[in-house]
Amino acid sequence: MPDYSWPAAEQRTLIGKRVSRVDAPLKVSGRAKYSYDYTRPGMLFGKILRSPYAKARIVSIDTSAAEKMPGVKAVEIIQKPGTTVQWAGDEIVGVAAVDEPTAEDAIRVIKVQYQQLPHLVSDAEPPAGVGGVPGPMSEDDIWDATDLMSPPQVASQVSQLGVTFKASPDVIDEFKKFGLPAEIVEAIQKAAYHPLAESSHSASWYQKASALHQGDPDKAFAGAEAVSEGLYGAPVITHCCLETHGSTAEWPDKDHLLVHLSTQNVSGIPGQMAEPLGLPAANIRQQQDHIGGGFGSKFAADRWDITAARLSKKAGGKPVRMMLERDSELQVAGARPSAYARVKVAAKTDGTLTAWHSESWGTGGPGGGGMPPIPYLFNIPNQHKEHTAIRNNIGPARAWRAPNHPQAAAITMCALDDLAAKLNLDPLELFRKNLGITGPRAENYREEFAIAADLMGWKDKWRGRGQDRSGSVARGLGLSIHTWGGRGHSSDCDLTLHPDGSVDIKLGSQDLGTGTRTCILMVAAETLGLPIEAISLYIGDTMYPPSGGSGGSTTIGGVSSSTRRAAVDAREGLFTKVAPALNAQPADLECVNGTVRVKSDPSRSLSWKQACSKLGAVPLTARGKNPDKSKPPDLTNSGVGGVQMAEVEVDTDTGVAKVKKIVAVQDCGLIIDLKTAESQCYGALIMGITYALYEEKIMDQLTGRMLNPNMQFYRLAGISDIPELVVHMMTGKGYDERGVIGLGEPPVISPGAAISNAVANAIGVRVPFLPLTPDRVLKALADHNLD
Amino acid sequence: MRAFEYATPQTKEQAVGLLGTKWGPIAVLAGGTDLLALMKDDVEQPKRLVNIKDIKELHGVTSSAQGLRIGALTTLGDLADNANVLQDYPALAEALNDAASPQIRNLATLGGNLCQRPRCWYFRNGFGLLPKDKVGKDLVAEGDNRFHAILGNSGPAKFVSPSTIVPTLIAYGAKVRLAGPKGNRELPLEKFYVIPKTDTEREHDLRPNEIITEVFIPAAGGMRAAHYEIRQKAAFDWPLAVAAVALNLSGSKVLSARVVLGYVAPVPWPSPEAEQALAGKVISEDVAKAAADAALQKAQPFTHNSYKVQLARVAVKRAILKAAGGAA
Ligand SMILES: Cc1cc2nc3c(=O)[nH]c(=O)nc-3n(C[C@H](O)[C@H](O)[C@H](O)COP(=O)(O)OP(=O)(O)OC[C@H]3O[C@@H](n4cnc5c(N)ncnc54)[C@H](O)[C@@H]3O)c2cc1C
Repeated sequence: MPDYSWPAAEQRTLIGKRVSRVDAPLKVSGRAKYSYDYTRPGMLFGKILRSPYAKARIVSIDTSAAEKMPGVKAVEIIQKPGTTVQWAGDEIVGVAAVDEPTAEDAIRVIKVQYQQLPHLVSDAEPPAGVGGVPGPMSEDDIWDATDLMSPPQVASQVSQLGVTFKASPDVIDEFKKFGLPAEIVEAIQKAAYHPLAESSHSASWYQKASALHQGDPDKAFAGAEAVSEGLYGAPVITHCCLETHGSTAEWPDKDHLLVHLSTQNVSGIPGQMAEPLGLPAANIRQQQDHIGGGFGSKFAADRWDITAARLSKKAGGKPVRMMLERDSELQVAGARPSAYARVKVAAKTDGTLTAWHSESWGTGGPGGGGMPPIPYLFNIPNQHKEHTAIRNNIGPARAWRAPNHPQAAAITMCALDDLAAKLNLDPLELFRKNLGITGPRAENYREEFAIAADLMGWKDKWRGRGQDRSGSVARGLGLSIHTWGGRGHSSDCDLTLHPDGSVDIKLGSQDLGTGTRTCILMVAAETLGLPIEAISLYIGDTMYPPSGGSGGSTTIGGVSSSTRRAAVDAREGLFTKVAPALNAQPADLECVNGTVRVKSDPSRSLSWKQACSKLGAVPLTARGKNPDKSKPPDLTNSGVGGVQMAEVEVDTDTGVAKVKKIVAVQDCGLIIDLKTAESQCYGALIMGITYALYEEKIMDQLTGRMLNPNMQFYRLAGISDIPELVVHMMTGKGYDERGVIGLGEPPVISPGAAISNAVANAIGVRVPFLPLTPDRVLKALADHNLD
Repeated sequence: MRAFEYATPQTKEQAVGLLGTKWGPIAVLAGGTDLLALMKDDVEQPKRLVNIKDIKELHGVTSSAQGLRIGALTTLGDLADNANVLQDYPALAEALNDAASPQIRNLATLGGNLCQRPRCWYFRNGFGLLPKDKVGKDLVAEGDNRFHAILGNSGPAKFVSPSTIVPTLIAYGAKVRLAGPKGNRELPLEKFYVIPKTDTEREHDLRPNEIITEVFIPAAGGMRAAHYEIRQKAAFDWPLAVAAVALNLSGSKVLSARVVLGYVAPVPWPSPEAEQALAGKVISEDVAKAAADAALQKAQPFTHNSYKVQLARVAVKRAILKAAGGAA
């Protein structure tokens, strides 16, 4: 069997080097085509009438005036009278017309009568005593619970509380497919079914999860040498994709649908559109060249995409472009759940952590959501945790880059930092002291801390809280650590060698702008001994072999493994054909520098083109897969660690905090492209500065609407807000041999915590919640001065 | 965006003739950086746009012994680069360069800057300039007022006046010149702004059938001026407080001062209290602080914006020190 393992360090020609992304020229010159850019002759424009109310029952819908309007080609009711909408901006009616203004005019003449219902859009701390009894569990609740509890605990909770959905075979299959442990699946099948009556739903805005216990927290707190208490948290933020969600749908004939949907999940789209459209998935084709951001919010064919397909069908198959407006994008196309907690944490005077107590709450919209994984990373021996989910009307949540981890880090790392301050310890010492309870990455963190401290100049710069001031300027340092899985997803890759020497690769993956294209080409080029330019790469189409969705940092491990196996197999196939011409055995050959040659006698060689001519008349295609136990070794792995340190300056008169420098030290196994890996970290730090200082989905309590669904009040960091960013990737021994591991999520987890800790260190007092806006900084300072 | 009629008059008389007597159905279009955004969001729905950019006399900047005449169509970018502005009105150049982004400054005109609509998020989300809900609850007073007015806010108007440039213009004593059906009129820029009491009023004294033709800034003499903004982001962000200060000094003593606050009230907010506190004094940290305290003495914050009182105070103090040449 051929050797599929990654080439040894001394043999690598491309892997691990800094290679500029292959699509950079297209992007910087504006030639890269996004779904938004897909334009067809005769294309219609879709618009959606959205609910102005956060909660309301639809009483009646009259679309007659819109249907009669010249230029309107199709109207589609999305939610029928009788339905209750659960958030402002929810989809009611879709329209397709010859141009955007006509579609907007049509939307304005549709008459909808609503019965407004009381809404809740706040995620403030739940009043005492609410949500005492946990209700039946939704599918989301069950998945959430698996993050927090062991399978037997979840199974028993399911049996106790019942479920809110019918456990149909489809639903059960879905659970199995996504790896829900068998005992929970069994519990679901046996559980009582409690359909969520409308009334009981709104009556229980607050849902308390059962308390979680570990060790003996009461005793540990009673005997604690030091206890620190605090309030921490991170608000709901949106994904704010610069290319909004949406698609163009068209029917080339009455049985086939072609969609250009902006997605992180090319291969998954037909399966999602099939059922609602009553069309075999095999008749649906999805294409996408480039995507303008997803961050976890673009895995599904959304309701507006299904609507576009239906409108197109009604309009005789004409293409319908349905891309969200900026305000809808921010209102409905995804949000990161909030998480807040009152935390008590105990330690010995030397900083050894002994006990954790948290009462947390947060919202992920109507689904409520689960407790973030707190205490994050540090498995403190004694714990008591309670969580209340707020099921409110702010709009639905979606996975946001490293789901729940940034919130958990903000709560945990800030609590530990306050504890260090209380003990008069340098937080670096407290964190280091407790690395033993962080699990398998403990030694990594130790190494990474040493490098990060060096790059930040921590030893020279760090002072106790509020100690580094000149005039109104306070300076401070903060840190945080994080982890993530990142094992490669399933991926199929076809690599074809053509008799004329050209090479192509096809896989139904997508490049989120992370450099996926570049990495696939690097792996293939390295394996075939060719330059990157010698290979043509085709991705982003369901005509190609399926590859997983790009979420959970799973893409690089998946596509690099499948590409490696395909390339090795293709190479072996070529060797078999070429061996006779070189008077050698296939196993004696190697591909180096555009030649196929005999390992022991490199003078016996053929150029790549000559070698491929031996293939005969038909190209050779090899299918590589991940995972593939039949072709060891495993080329991907799971589990990374990262350390970040932030330096800030705060103007204590104005409350304006500025980040001066961030250091990120990160491991992710074997790095394919060092340059795009570093870019992932730079991007994550910029995103981190944004959610630490500026970003928040601000809801209006009276109207139930989002107040900042635009780029003037939904603020993102600009170029002048970005300080010196220092990224150090861990490579070499101890890292490379682990295989390829994803990097998309981990570096975005720590910035919020590290920046908050730096601000606390600077001004001498904790600003409880992100974002650290001037009003909050000034309030924290004022409250402190009152004490 | 809704369909509209588009007119491109060549003279100000033609332009004025194309305007109406009511706000709403007809709007003047200059750079469009604000108006078009409002139309796209369906907050404004004009049926006719009167594009004034072809009117030659509204362009250009001319300098004389009396001062600087700035045509209403001068872009913020051109004005920031103007040699006379850089030399005689450096605080204005700074205010201009602090505003928006280079792309917007290249399109945005001074006339449009004076007339841009408030940034209040209730207004921009379609709840009206004096926003109320169906049962008459005041959305700002009872809602999220973190960015709203702390002065001049006792009536129904609670938004803040949006220009970051106007306070400096007022501090320099600028006048605005208008053309209407009955001819031209001129008024001090500070008098151009009014606090609306009903939904049919605007936030300035412009009539629906008038246009701004130019802004005139008297010669600055030996005046020392400064513009100071507090905003969270380094650039491209709405400020939380603005202060503009112009000092007439004799030696180190203040003969007279202009102190104008921005982003604190529905109008640009000159502070006679602060001006009095400075008159006759030698600027020091304490004097600046006393003037800042005086400027904010009558502040009446809402539930979520008391921090703005502190920020406005800091802005005034720092602007005074900066104008006097001390550290900002
Ligand atoms: C992203 C962004 C950031 C910004 N940042 C800042 C900032 O930091 N500071 C700041 O001060 N401003 C800022 N602005 C506002 C910007 O300065 C204004 O949008 C611009 O000056 C308006 O000029 P315009 O020529 O584009 O006006 P238009 O959009 O064409 O018109 C605006 C309004 O003025 C009226 N109008 C225009 N000219 C005349 C005239 N001659 N006579 C009568 N009425 C007239 C129009 O009818 C309309 O009501 C920002 C705007 C944006 C979009």
